[in-house]
Amino acid sequence: MNIYERQAHNRRWTWLIIFAFVSFFLFIGLGFDYYYGVRLEMPIFTVVALIFGLAMAYSGYLWGDKLVLASTHAQELDLNDPKQKQWQNVVEEVSIAAGIPLPKIYIIEDPDPNAFATGRSPETASIAVTRGLLDALNRDELQAVAAHEMSHVKNFDIRLMLMIAVLVGSIALLADWTRRSLFYGNRRSSRRSEGGGGYVALVILAIWLITVILAPILSQLMAMCVSRKREYLADASGAELTRNPLALASALEKISSHEGPTRSINQGTAHLCICDPKGTALGMKEGGMANLFATHPPIDKRIEALRQMAYIK
Amino acid sequence: MVGWIILGVLAAMVIWMIAIFNSLVSLKNQTLNGWKQIDVQLKRRHDLIPNLVETVKGVMSFEQNTLTQVIEARNRAISAQGVADKAAQENMLSGALRQLFALVENYPNLKSNENVSKLQEELSSTENRIGFARQFYNDIATKFNIAQQTFPTNMVAGMLGFQAAELFEIKDAAEKEVPKVDLNLK
Repeated sequence: MNIYERQAHNRRWTWLIIFAFVSFFLFIGLGFDYYYGVRLEMPIFTVVALIFGLAMAYSGYLWGDKLVLASTHAQELDLNDPKQKQWQNVVEEVSIAAGIPLPKIYIIEDPDPNAFATGRSPETASIAVTRGLLDALNRDELQAVAAHEMSHVKNFDIRLMLMIAVLVGSIALLADWTRRSLFYGNRRSSRRSEGGGGYVALVILAIWLITVILAPILSQLMAMCVSRKREYLADASGAELTRNPLALASALEKISSHEGPTRSINQGTAHLCICDPKGTALGMKEGGMANLFATHPPIDKRIEALRQMAYIK
Repeated sequence: MVGWIILGVLAAMVIWMIAIFNSLVSLKNQTLNGWKQIDVQLKRRHDLIPNLVETVKGVMSFEQNTLTQVIEARNRAISAQGVADKAAQENMLSGALRQLFALVENYPNLKSNENVSKLQEELSSTENRIGFARQFYNDIATKFNIAQQTFPTNMVAGMLGFQAAELFEIKDAAEKEVPKVDLNLK
C-alpha cells in the first residue's frame, strides 16, 4: 500500500468505527426502551442515546486531541532549555522530510520515556514526549522517534486512534452506567414476561445484556489490535524518512530498558504511544494472551525488524 | 461514419493530452515548491553563519584562515545561481563548516560555551533540514522526470516543452563516503 492508499484505508476505518460507535449507543437505547417501558409513546431512551452518541463522536473528533493532551498534562515547550529546543528542532526537521506542516509540540514532565502523537489530520496534529525520553535519547534517536510519530500523523493513524480512544473511553463509561441502572432500576420485564412472547423477550434481553457486558472488553481488544498492526508500519516508514533504522532500534532499546510505567498516560490512551506505557510486563513476551492484550508488538521483534532494514542480523 | 470515428478518436486524444498536461503541471509545481523549501533552509544557514563566526572569533583568532574560508564559502553560496552551481557551492560550505567544528573541539572553553553549543545545535539542525528538504525535492523531481520520460507521457511532454528537473546532488567527497557498518552489534 502506498501512502495515499494508507490514508484512504485509515479514513474508511475511522468512519466504520464512528458508525459502530453510534450503533452501539442506538442499541443500548433500544434496549432501555424495551426493558424499562417508559409509559411514553416515544422511544425516549433511543433518541437520547442516539443524540448522545453522535455528540460524543463529533466532540471527540473535534476536541479529543485536546482532551488527551490535557489528561497527560502536556505543556508547551520552553525553548531556553537546550534539550527542548533540540526536540523542537528534530520535529521540524522530520516534518520537512515528511512534507507535512509542523505539528504542535509538547512535553510531559514524566521521568519514564515515552512519546505519542494525536490529532485528526496532519494540519491539526500534536506530538508530545516525556521528559524521560528527552533525557535518555541522543539527537539521532530523538529524530527517529519524531519520525515514527510523524508517520502516524502522515497516514492518518492519529485520526483513527483518536476515535478509538474516544470510543473505548465512552463505551466503558456507558456500560458501567448501564450495569448499575440494571441492578437498581425499576423494570417492567417481569410484567412483560407474564404476557405472551416471553421467550423471545428473554432471548433478546440476554443478547442485549451480553453485549453491554462484553462491549468494554471487545472495544479494548479492537483498540489493541488496530494499534499493534500500525506500530510496525510506523517504525518502517519512520526509518524511511530518516534513512536511519538503527537509530530507532537503539531508541526502542533504551525506552524498553526503563521498566517503570508511564504514570501520566492512562489506559485509554495507551495505544497512542510509541511504547506500551504499562511498562515491560507484556511488552517483551509473546504468545496467546500477551498478543491479545498488548497495545504494541513485542519490542524485541520491532528492533529485529529495524535491524533487518539496515542489513544487520 | 468514418468521419465520426476519426472525430471521436481525435476528441479522445485531446482529452487524454489535457489530462497528461495537467498531471505534469501539478508535478512541476510540486517540484518548484520542493526547491523553495531547500532555499528557505539554505537561507537559514546563511543567516546563522555570521553569528557563529562572531561568537568564536575572539577565541579562535589564530584560526583566521578557516574563518575566512567559511565566510567566503557562505558568500559564494549566496550568489550561486541554478541547481547544479548551488549544490556545488553549498557542499563547499558544508565542508568548511565541518572543518570549523572539528577545530572547535580543540578549544575546551568554546565547547563549553553556551552560545556556541546553541549555535552548533542550530547549525546541525539546519544541516539536517537541508538534507531532508533535498531528499524531498529529489524524490518529487524524480517522479516528475519519470513521468516525462516514460511512454506514452513522453510524447506529450516533448510536444509541450516540459524539461527534466535537475536533481540536487551531493558532490562532496566526504558525504559520499560509504557509512561504516558495525557488525559487532548483537
